[in-house]
Amino acid sequence: MKTREIILPGDMLDERKGRKLGNGVYEKDDKVFSKFLGVPRVNENELSVIPLSGTYLPRFGDRIIGVIETVEVSGWFVDINSPYSAFLPLSEGVDEFVDLQRSELTRYYDVDDIILCKLSKVTKNKTVQASMRDFESRKLRNGVLLKVTPTKIPRIIGKEGSMIMMIKNKTACEIVTGQNGLVWIRGENKEKAIEAILTIEKESHTIGLTEKIEKMLGE
Amino acid sequence: MGKKSDTELIIGGIRIDKRLPDQTREIKMKVGNILSANGSAEVSFGDTTALASVHGPRQLFPRHLQESQTGILRVRYNMAPFSVDERKSPGPDRRSTELSKVIRLALEPAVFLDDYPKVTVDGFVEIIQADGSTRVTGINALSLALATAGIPMKDLVAACSVGKINGTLVVDLNGEEDNNSESDVAVAMIPNRNLVTLLQMDGMLTKEELMHLLDLAKKTCKKIYEMQREALLEKYKGEE
Amino acid sequence: METYALELIRNEKRIDGRALTQFRDIEIKENIIENAEGSAYVKLGNTQVIAGIKMGVGTPFPDTPDEGILSVNAEFTPLASPEFESGPPGENAIELARIVDRGIRESKSIEMEKLVITPGEKVLSVFIDIYIIDNQGNLLDAAALAALSALLNTRIPKLDAEGKIIRGEHEGKLPVVHKPITVSVCKVGDKLFLDPAKEEETILDAKLSIAVMEDEKICAMQKQGSKGIEFDVLEKMVDLAMEKSMELRKLVK
Repeated sequence: MKTREIILPGDMLDERKGRKLGNGVYEKDDKVFSKFLGVPRVNENELSVIPLSGTYLPRFGDRIIGVIETVEVSGWFVDINSPYSAFLPLSEGVDEFVDLQRSELTRYYDVDDIILCKLSKVTKNKTVQASMRDFESRKLRNGVLLKVTPTKIPRIIGKEGSMIMMIKNKTACEIVTGQNGLVWIRGENKEKAIEAILTIEKESHTIGLTEKIEKMLGE
Repeated sequence: MGKKSDTELIIGGIRIDKRLPDQTREIKMKVGNILSANGSAEVSFGDTTALASVHGPRQLFPRHLQESQTGILRVRYNMAPFSVDERKSPGPDRRSTELSKVIRLALEPAVFLDDYPKVTVDGFVEIIQADGSTRVTGINALSLALATAGIPMKDLVAACSVGKINGTLVVDLNGEEDNNSESDVAVAMIPNRNLVTLLQMDGMLTKEELMHLLDLAKKTCKKIYEMQREALLEKYKGEE
Repeated sequence: METYALELIRNEKRIDGRALTQFRDIEIKENIIENAEGSAYVKLGNTQVIAGIKMGVGTPFPDTPDEGILSVNAEFTPLASPEFESGPPGENAIELARIVDRGIRESKSIEMEKLVITPGEKVLSVFIDIYIIDNQGNLLDAAALAALSALLNTRIPKLDAEGKIIRGEHEGKLPVVHKPITVSVCKVGDKLFLDPAKEEETILDAKLSIAVMEDEKICAMQKQGSKGIEFDVLEKMVDLAMEKSMELRKLVK
């Protein structure tokens, strides 16, 4: 099985040569080293490493799938598959005017509801705010939630969405991915979709994966 | 440690287990053996086996322990009751409390904790078989577990024991040697940076002997570091 | 205060004007606790430590049937610092006790074979309890000094016909034949310094505590602190500790 090059923590990627430092690397004496066990990315503009494993760290602007944890007085705490919770304020979750005397917040989002949302604020201290304001954000009803290593989501999506489109088409399932490693699937053939996605996660660092998945879904 | 007796541990330059003074026992390493953990590893030096796993980064309770600017590393070193000759009562004792601390400090310099404010990375070391040099075996395992858990690290940490038995300077002390040594020294290093993160010594050494042992430890740590790298790469290349 | 201390050390100065390798003033008072078989009070700068030694009768360990028992405990009492909590010893207290223990035990300072009453059955136990009274930095060196001073002045209690201790009556002193001295060498960047004051403890990168005997042999070492030590600096730290230990040993009677 051929794999892409794998790099270990402390391994040198290259000399910095004035380039930008992306994710997963650190610099010492103008040389750039990996912080992770992962796949290195070196081009003329940037050096970075995609970790093979790890927990999701919230970033501003990420589109993520969350699960409502608690209903508070003026909003909801959302489990975003991270050691950090996000807070969805009332103003960011609901468009209409809400009379707190009359309405229960559970009317809008209740515990265990699954939502696709955006992270509208991430402070240096990792205090996180979520928002449902943009047009793609919505509740994801029914379906199942799958957890994968967050850094594998791009591989699951594929180049310009090619991989995820292939899975959707071949399994006739609705699939939504969150940058935080959660994948929501709804449809008759969801077992096949899940199998494909888990295979991609396990073998994301190998070459020839697309063909393999195509074959797997082919039957 | 016990009594330093007149046991003949080296005869004609060969140790009781047929090793040469600068030879380590057989070292085995594997990673990812515990699915329930974010990262895990198993390392053995001869009959000493350490399991290590990492849970985290995860939320830290109680809240007042949270460091607002950086995450914290917590380590628990523990020996299983069946790991030693005389059954060891389960639970922490003073020795394991101290070792938990020194192991944590051996790994802290290698971990980027400021990437995770307010959370904890919890490392666990369980010695399931003890035949000397348990803390360094534990450090080697926990270092691998941290890497497989995706915790950002400057580099791996490699550790080994060195010491003096029957007047000879040796590497990787087994249980009997440890109990009867004139001195035993535990060393952990980040070899590429020439950085020492753990150094404990007891017994009696002249300064010259100490410096010589440190050199031996440095060379050995380098070898162990290469094995750690192999173990990590193998896991990802060797599948199927 | 701490950032100021850090800045100063980088410029080879210290808050109280000391040189990098200078210890604060040391005061040692022996035999301050009447009921103890041995005791000593050490004031190192503003750090205050009492070591009290109680002796008892016990059963020897199975693997050392003809040796007495040594046990060292340290209490970081809450009265000594707002950072110390009540309760059983935490990891720092345990570590300190064990380092002091190793310094004494590994150097074979106490002639443990002379503490046997009946071989394999009854031996004398030496309990060293280190009490921190005021934490103003460098607890380990102060505690080791206190423990050693106390040991050198410990009297063996008299035993009755059944081998029980008669409190208040003594026969002879505890046989202590070596004087190991512990010196903790601290590091900030490339600067090495000794005897950290409270503000200096929190800003140091690493610490290497070394117990040295009068014949210059090293009998215990422990690295502390959250940063690593460059390999090539180790020798210099050992040299510094060895040099200083000779000076400090003169204070112990």
